[in-house]
Amino acid sequence: MYNIVSAIFLAENIKKIEIQAPRIAKKRKAGQFVMIRTGEHGERIPLTIAGSDPEQGTITIIVQGMGKSTRELNLKETGDTIHDIVGPLGTPSHIENFGTAVSIGGGVGSAIAYPTAVALKEAGNYVITINGARTRDLVILEDEMKAVSDEAYITTDDGSYGFHGFVTQKLQELIDSGKTIDYVLAIGPIPMMKAVAEVTRPYGIHTVVSLNPVMVDGTGMCGGCRVTVDNETRFACVDGPEFDAHKVDFKNLSDRNRMYLPEEKQSVEAFSHKCHLGQQH
Amino acid sequence: MDLKPMTTKERLAIPRQTMPAQDPAKRVQNFNEVNLGYTPEMAQKEAMRCIQCKDPICIKGCPVNIKIDKFIKLIAEGNFLGAAKKIKEDNILPAICGRVCPQEDQCEKVCVLTKKYTPVAIGNLERFAADYEREHGHIELPEVKPATGKKVAVIGSGPAGLSCANDLARLGHSVTVFEALHELGGVLMYGIPEFRLPKDIVKIEIEGLKKIGVEFVANTVVGRSVTIDELLKDEHFDAVFIGVGAGLPWFMGIPGENLLGVYAANEFLTRVNLMQSYTFPENDTPVFNCKGKNIAIFGGGNTAMDAVRTAKRLGAEHAYIVYRRSEAEMPARAEEIHNAKEEGIEFLLLMNPVEFIGNEQQWLTGVKCIRMELGEPDDSGRRKPVPVKGSEFVLPVDMAVVSIGNGSNPLIKQTTPEIEVSKRDTIVVDINTMATSKDNVYAGGDIVTGGATVILAMGAGRTAAKAIHEKLMGLASDFQEW
Repeated sequence: MYNIVSAIFLAENIKKIEIQAPRIAKKRKAGQFVMIRTGEHGERIPLTIAGSDPEQGTITIIVQGMGKSTRELNLKETGDTIHDIVGPLGTPSHIENFGTAVSIGGGVGSAIAYPTAVALKEAGNYVITINGARTRDLVILEDEMKAVSDEAYITTDDGSYGFHGFVTQKLQELIDSGKTIDYVLAIGPIPMMKAVAEVTRPYGIHTVVSLNPVMVDGTGMCGGCRVTVDNETRFACVDGPEFDAHKVDFKNLSDRNRMYLPEEKQSVEAFSHKCHLGQQH
Repeated sequence: MDLKPMTTKERLAIPRQTMPAQDPAKRVQNFNEVNLGYTPEMAQKEAMRCIQCKDPICIKGCPVNIKIDKFIKLIAEGNFLGAAKKIKEDNILPAICGRVCPQEDQCEKVCVLTKKYTPVAIGNLERFAADYEREHGHIELPEVKPATGKKVAVIGSGPAGLSCANDLARLGHSVTVFEALHELGGVLMYGIPEFRLPKDIVKIEIEGLKKIGVEFVANTVVGRSVTIDELLKDEHFDAVFIGVGAGLPWFMGIPGENLLGVYAANEFLTRVNLMQSYTFPENDTPVFNCKGKNIAIFGGGNTAMDAVRTAKRLGAEHAYIVYRRSEAEMPARAEEIHNAKEEGIEFLLLMNPVEFIGNEQQWLTGVKCIRMELGEPDDSGRRKPVPVKGSEFVLPVDMAVVSIGNGSNPLIKQTTPEIEVSKRDTIVVDINTMATSKDNVYAGGDIVTGGATVILAMGAGRTAAKAIHEKLMGLASDFQEW
């Protein structure tokens, strides 16, 4: 059992959870993830580590309630426990002084892009962050991003805050303005990452994405998280989760992520029903 | 039971006792254990078949050298608890080994009765003694030597790690076992299905280790959560044993392998066994809904048999084993092949997949296969399968499981590069001590041999434990150090 030392909503349905996990807090590097099992009958789900405090022995995850497991996690409060957590897993982000680095986070992807932005800044990069959300209320980590950025932009799909449009439009604008960009990190929904890859491809800008395939063990044993990169099968849990965006077969990834949609729907419906019943009492 | 001495002739006249089993038609509808175990009468009768050879070569056929003649004699005498105790002098997991060891290739293969009669059912008897002890609540704790003050870290709680931990703990060392998954037991939990090895049995055998002082730490990936160097330096372990098992599954490298509905055996079995997805939605982890579907498993080993029989139990209409050689070359245990056949598994032999075919939504719909014929023997001594030109056809299937073996987990190699590995990335050891190229670090099990058996891994764990003990206590007979 792992103790939750704090759990607060950053936006509707997006919760920041700090968990006591000293070994992980000590070892974790930007870009790595943990596998979490909320309860005794829970799934093992991968969640990227958003930050850690080695002194306090805590790690932070930022969770958007999507399927049953993430919704269940978002019901957790300070003082609650999580059944299992293991990590840090995956190969850490490759960090060096690239020059000018753009870190793009879409939706809850900003939570994952953030620690890498911090590491890029520490390595001496000129860091530009683009923090995208559907609407103003869903923008997360605005202050944190600003603090590590030489330039910080916010985009909203509906124009309710910051730049009106997609992160890719902002990125294109930066490129068009004649800025030399040496490195782009894009983390968010698959269509967003694919779109970013297409924006940078013609310019040959080194672009990295963090992939989120379905995982079971997360430690290099089951082979469930295989992704197609450069026409080869790679395992996101040990070879990734970060890969060269220009070589990723995004279609295969989004296809494979649909594998359990009916079961996920069934789980969510049963869970919502249970929660609803709970509220009536 | 009449205990007057029997003549050899009388003993040989007793037929080998068949293990009672669930009816095949019934058992494919549940995940309960297939074999039901001997009754005490059957066990005694079977034990009397043993002619108590002066030089019991069966012991040499056992990777951990169980005193087979002695424990069988105790069973024949009706001293079942004594028999269990005798086995445990050499094997800490008899309830497990009695179920999953390939006895027909080990102890029973060399039994002197094998030539003219059928061998004594050593495995069934081992299982009986262990089950009897457990079911009668008499599990006796083995003797533990006084504390030595030495600390040993064991990485992985599978068969290699458990046997190594057991021996070291009994010798008085302080042992901590690190496990990557949330459950202890390694392949015994995630790999071998409930119907062949009930998980409660694994849990009880592990409880026994806890009782003699072995500490277990789950959810810890050595190489990531902590490195071997940190264990030795920062956490002051005097030695480390690596028993992390097999790593990433091999795929066949044919088109369509990443379609929806194509699994590696490790994933399919982990979902069903460890995550218990056969109870979905009671447990949250789903698995492909096999009900009324056609399922093909590619491979001919024990894992392939486990996967295909699991698919059948999940409701598959047709569950196929597709294997490129003939049945004679199958690496699976004869008993598992027999059980699979009884359960209606269809064997498509001398057949090899060349392409997975999917629909618009990228779901698997079929596998293009080619027929094979056996040619000249290859490196493994088995006749090499050669494709028959123009014999391709499409086998319609909804789910496929690739079960052709595993590579090695890359984590130890990545984080402790000074440990020498082979071309296949397995760890290189001195087979007499299981010592790796790094001081005070030992390894055994699948990470050394590549995919093998539970009992071989246990044997390696024991060899390492002995060497670690000798090294830590300054008993090592290695003169080069002087």
